[in-house]
Amino acid sequence: MILAKTGNEAIAYAMKQINPDVVAAYPITPATEIVQIFSSYVADGIVDTEFIAVESEHSAMSACIAAAASGARAMTATSSQGLALMHEMLFIASGLRLPIVLCVVNRSLSSPLNIHCDHTDSLASRDSGWIQIFCEDAQEAYDTTICAVKIAEKALLPVMITIDGFIISHCMQKIEVLPDEEVKSFIGEYKPNYNLLDVENPITLGPACLPDSFFEHKRAQAEGMNQALTCIEKVFKEYKERFDRELPILEEYQTEDAEVAIICMGSTAGTSKVAVNNLRKKGYRVGLFKLRVFRPIVVKYLQRTLRNIKILGILERMEGLSAFGGPLFNEIRSVLYDEIKRPITVSYVYGLGGREITPEEIEEIFLELLSLKNKKRKSIEKFKYINVR
Amino acid sequence: MSNKDKKECLIVSWKDLTCGALIKDLKRIKENKTGSWRSQKPVFNKEKCINCYRCWMYCPDSAILIENDKVVGINYDYCKGCGICAQECPKKVQAIVMVREEK
Repeated sequence: MILAKTGNEAIAYAMKQINPDVVAAYPITPATEIVQIFSSYVADGIVDTEFIAVESEHSAMSACIAAAASGARAMTATSSQGLALMHEMLFIASGLRLPIVLCVVNRSLSSPLNIHCDHTDSLASRDSGWIQIFCEDAQEAYDTTICAVKIAEKALLPVMITIDGFIISHCMQKIEVLPDEEVKSFIGEYKPNYNLLDVENPITLGPACLPDSFFEHKRAQAEGMNQALTCIEKVFKEYKERFDRELPILEEYQTEDAEVAIICMGSTAGTSKVAVNNLRKKGYRVGLFKLRVFRPIVVKYLQRTLRNIKILGILERMEGLSAFGGPLFNEIRSVLYDEIKRPITVSYVYGLGGREITPEEIEEIFLELLSLKNKKRKSIEKFKYINVR
Repeated sequence: MSNKDKKECLIVSWKDLTCGALIKDLKRIKENKTGSWRSQKPVFNKEKCINCYRCWMYCPDSAILIENDKVVGINYDYCKGCGICAQECPKKVQAIVMVREEK
């Protein structure tokens, strides 16, 4: 069935079909609509979900943690300051290995105050032990939300899926949805390993682990993330086999013979495809990598595909404030370090606080990267800003 | 970690751990005596006690000992010395008072 849906509506629709046991949420622009629409499904009796309207995002994540520990499928959505307020609980969710799904609508973090898109909020949560999957458009958000439930339960890790605030969350697109029963059968019945409310089989959750055991627990948790990519691959593969929809981990667009390429996440990938098409028509060998899975770091995908590129522009919708680029730039460079043949990398910070990025600007980036071909590695300026006055 | 510490440690390797630090075998919790944390300890006076059970109800560590329906004392292996029992013991009764822990 084909429907016209905004990114938020697409995620809410997927949540309706998932029919989670518990949704606990607090409204924040631009993610408000997701739970607002979902709460109407609850009010109309379309879903069986227990909807908890909480007093803050910290409480929203706390309630999801408690629900998940009680063997429930728990979901929530947030943005920006809301995700920042959840920060403490994010670590607890992942440390307890609870398969919670969180839909993040990317928005900048204050100060200065801004409600529009950049990736600072979810990238700032990068070390919280959550799987993070970025979506380009409403269709990808719909499909990924459904897959996220299964990935989380397979990997026993919480999953964050993201869409770009307003650009995708409020922009109406044509999406193809699956029948309700297909989604239900794909995600299957949730069989939790334990239930905190089961008084017949009492357990202790969240014990104190002091210097004699904390380290071992963290090492075990790290192994969970080490194995997570396999879980993601399996779920995406199964989704493709069943519904004939490709959900890439790292999408390659016109990269086969590309000399220079850019890598980016989220909606900018769509804009970049237009730029690639325009330049390809003029005979330039340029390509695009769309990184979908930010956590875990998809080392083997990045190494295999990026090592043949001469110059790589890393488009980052976040200012890392590190005096040496943002996390995407640093991680991709680090992944490439062991490759004997590796591209020159240039960081392009763009689109902060919802600043528009156009195909023309991306074409300029490509042309600039092409002009660096014969320059010495060390002489190239590494840190650039797009469209900043 | 010294070899002596390693021997005493319940965990051999991270590979043996339950996912998410979950404890299913609650018997093992009893091995983990938390009484050494105390800086103050409750002292129970059997003569004054009226067996209202308030200390027993409020104790977060189930450290109030009951025998034949009567409060008989405090289990110092697990009592962390939080003082809730002394606080909850009726003011007119004062069968539990907190004193400085002497090591």
